[in-house]
Amino acid sequence: MTKIVVVTSGKGGVGKTTTSAALATGLAQRGHKTTVIDFDVGLRNLDLIMGCERRVVYDLVNVINGDANLKQGLIKDKRVEDLYILPASQTRDKDALTLEGVEKVLDGLKEMGMEYIICDSPAGIEKGALTAAYFADEAVVVTNPEVSSVRDSDRILGILSSKTRKAEQGEGDIPARLLLTRYSPERVESGQMLSVEDVKEILAIDLLGVIPESQAVLNASNSGSPVILDRDSDAGQAYEDAVARFLGETREHRFLTSTKKSLFGRLFGG
Amino acid sequence: MSIFSYLLPKKEKSASVAKERLQIIVARERSTRGGPDYLPQLQEELLMVVRKYVPVDQDAVNVQVDRDSGCEILELNITLPEQE
Ligand SMILES: Nc1ncnc2c1ncn2[C@@H]1O[C@H](COP(=O)(O)OP(=O)(O)O)[C@@H](O)[C@H]1O
Ligand SMILES: [Mg+2]
Repeated sequence: MTKIVVVTSGKGGVGKTTTSAALATGLAQRGHKTTVIDFDVGLRNLDLIMGCERRVVYDLVNVINGDANLKQGLIKDKRVEDLYILPASQTRDKDALTLEGVEKVLDGLKEMGMEYIICDSPAGIEKGALTAAYFADEAVVVTNPEVSSVRDSDRILGILSSKTRKAEQGEGDIPARLLLTRYSPERVESGQMLSVEDVKEILAIDLLGVIPESQAVLNASNSGSPVILDRDSDAGQAYEDAVARFLGETREHRFLTSTKKSLFGRLFGG
Repeated sequence: MSIFSYLLPKKEKSASVAKERLQIIVARERSTRGGPDYLPQLQEELLMVVRKYVPVDQDAVNVQVDRDSGCEILELNITLPEQE
């Protein structure tokens, strides 16, 4: 059985690509054969985050058009077994990504025995995002604790409930879970940032995880190594927990309170 | 929270303002969801028409499509301001 997962958000720059890379890597590390596909046609970036940008020869559109077969298009990760990357095309022709074409690629990946296919969605609620979500069995909605991101996530949830293949075939809503990223407990505690409870209440979906705002994410993208491989970092551990929950384990949410405050700090508002 | 924050005059926290605003806008946007694509636009235009005659709030006009045994009903709700 192959599970197709879309990582989506509506708003850009909230952490979809960071999350797709971490989720795919985490699943593969646990022995699940996984492919992560970059659907951001024209703005390829997953290759950089995964650190395979110099190995890109063919891309998703090449495979769809038959310029290359699936095996030629897939890049096998060098660090983690069972992990494959399919980069986005840098073409500016967005129409190159057809539903039929995408379905063919997904079917090919199923035949290869992929257990998970992670679809890294582009921003927006237009064709690109719809195409990335269309075949999904499940969604991870990446949201920042900030008004426009929460609103856009709600719109994406509306789209997911009507515009996926499952919805069209009358199989109902695909399960969608919230991943709240760039969370800053200090700012939540001082009342400057929406809390995880606030966002959960507004969006009314299950919580997959909370990823703290972290320098480790920047370090990871600088070096082209998904942050989940940085096991000592807060963000890496938070993603690791999210992967475990994704697979059905129960894990307590961490990194929700600020650690920096001493008793002195609490007394004097430090 | 610092002990001094109990002594100082309380300023409304921006996060609670954000939450309140979000709850309102999200509820509004959900009301046209699942219906035909023209609903939000229809709602906007109806609002403009109503405003030609009465000054009303942004959320005074509510449109909704209900499906009832094979027949679709467009439900319009326009809340007028209270008379002075
Ligand atoms: N938890 C985090 N802490 C700090 N920076 C983050 C975090 N998550 C994402 N970022 C940064 O936010 C930016 C956008 O992330 P990206 O994953 O490319 O978003 P998207 O794919 O949604 O456009 C990047 O610069 C990334 O390093
Ligand atoms: Mg991205």
